[in-house]
Amino acid sequence: MKYKSVFDIIGPIMIGPSSSHTAGAARIGRIARSLFGRKPKWAVISFYGSFAKTYRGHGTDVAIVGGILDFDTFDSRIRESIKIAKQEGIKIRMVEEDALTDHPNTAKIQLGDDQGELEVVGISIGGGKVEVIELNGFVLRLSGNQPALLVVHNDRYGAIASVANLLAKHEINVGHMEVGRKEKGSEALMTIEVDQNLEDPVIKEIEQLPYIIKATRIHD
Amino acid sequence: MFRNVSELVELAISKNIPISEVMITQEMEVKGWTKEAIIEQMAKSLDVMEQAVERGLKEGIKSHSGLTGGDAVLLQKYIASGKSLAGETVLDAVSKAVATNEVNAAMGTICATPTAGSAGVVPGTLFALREKLKPTRDEMVRFLFTSGAFGFVVANNASISGAAGGCQAEVGSASGMASAAIVELAGGNPEQSAHAMAIALKNMLGLVCDPVAGLVEVPCVKRNAIGASIAITAADMALAGIESRIPCDEVIDAMYKIGESMPTALKETAQGGLAATPTGRELEAKIYGIPLRKK
Repeated sequence: MKYKSVFDIIGPIMIGPSSSHTAGAARIGRIARSLFGRKPKWAVISFYGSFAKTYRGHGTDVAIVGGILDFDTFDSRIRESIKIAKQEGIKIRMVEEDALTDHPNTAKIQLGDDQGELEVVGISIGGGKVEVIELNGFVLRLSGNQPALLVVHNDRYGAIASVANLLAKHEINVGHMEVGRKEKGSEALMTIEVDQNLEDPVIKEIEQLPYIIKATRIHD
Repeated sequence: MFRNVSELVELAISKNIPISEVMITQEMEVKGWTKEAIIEQMAKSLDVMEQAVERGLKEGIKSHSGLTGGDAVLLQKYIASGKSLAGETVLDAVSKAVATNEVNAAMGTICATPTAGSAGVVPGTLFALREKLKPTRDEMVRFLFTSGAFGFVVANNASISGAAGGCQAEVGSASGMASAAIVELAGGNPEQSAHAMAIALKNMLGLVCDPVAGLVEVPCVKRNAIGASIAITAADMALAGIESRIPCDEVIDAMYKIGESMPTALKETAQGGLAATPTGRELEAKIYGIPLRKK
């Protein structure tokens, strides 16, 4: 079941006018920001399907930029987000794509600075609910409902077990887990939704495990 | 966890509790919160809805595009004149639904129920019935849980997104949700709630999502208005003992299938329907300062 909570239906509390095109867009932007982990220097936002056709009318552009600035769906600064981004020195570029996607409300966000880049593809499935379907080319499914842990690692035996053991040691319960790789033996990604918020020391400990390249968390 | 309306109704009947209580109990399990915390969270949404209705009725708020605003106030004045034909409760609900959507169109703060484009129906009917049924605050919060329970089924078995299922998935769902909750608030039983939902949604089947200029304004605001009146009428019918010949779950399934076969031009792309009328195109050109699209 895609929707688990009554507050997915009655909610979110948000700035209008569209839950999928405004609130959902803000949430996709905010997840991208959270995955990037810091304020980016530049952002390229690509809109597909209904997003591409109607983003101006729905404020999808200001909402997604608001999310990148770490604003929540009800933050009234969303209305001024493009101006605020400019003041903060973030270069923003928007692209209307013609390509057909599986879901009509799809956005791709690329964020970057001198230290690195990140690419996230998110879909807004209705009522403000979103899913992240791609991260740096990896296919994944992330509801954004629960704290989640993303671990980039080498595709070697034992890597998954070591992360799972460490979570068990800290008594952190796993609600949902997915593992993906681009090709055998290359870089791989673990997506783990957990029941508790993850503290900094746990993330650091995971990064010190063998074959682990990077660990990032996303809070509820 | 209930997966469809028949399981929801069955749970309520077997435990002899209202639909709202089934939803609250499930939410406690899902979130791991206390009952008080769950109710508190919903009460916040109720406050936001109330503020939006009040703002829309007081200010006659105008949207940035100028396409919508001020109609909620017009209706209130008309009701006060005593000349209304449809009756005070229905028109008050219509006015309060419009108020909410006018605030939404002006990028004001609202609570999505189940979406922002359909945010007027549930609070519109609730705050209109407050005058007539004089519910406690707790009963008003319960109204939202009952609406939410039916919306939960629609969202998981069909869709609540205009881009995926057309307006029937948004205002259609909202009308059905509100209708079911009205029945409970008015003292009806869970089965009557399901019939009300089915009757309301049946009358929204096939409704396309065709917003002019892609804005959540025309026809969204007025569809919420009529959605609110359908919700009250359907609830009255169910309370009178009228049953839907097609069970609620099958109506929801039909809505899903209709949405699947609806052309993309009619699913929130501003390419067909009212958006593609000569006036719709003219408004679009004016708002964005772009040349008129000939298609």
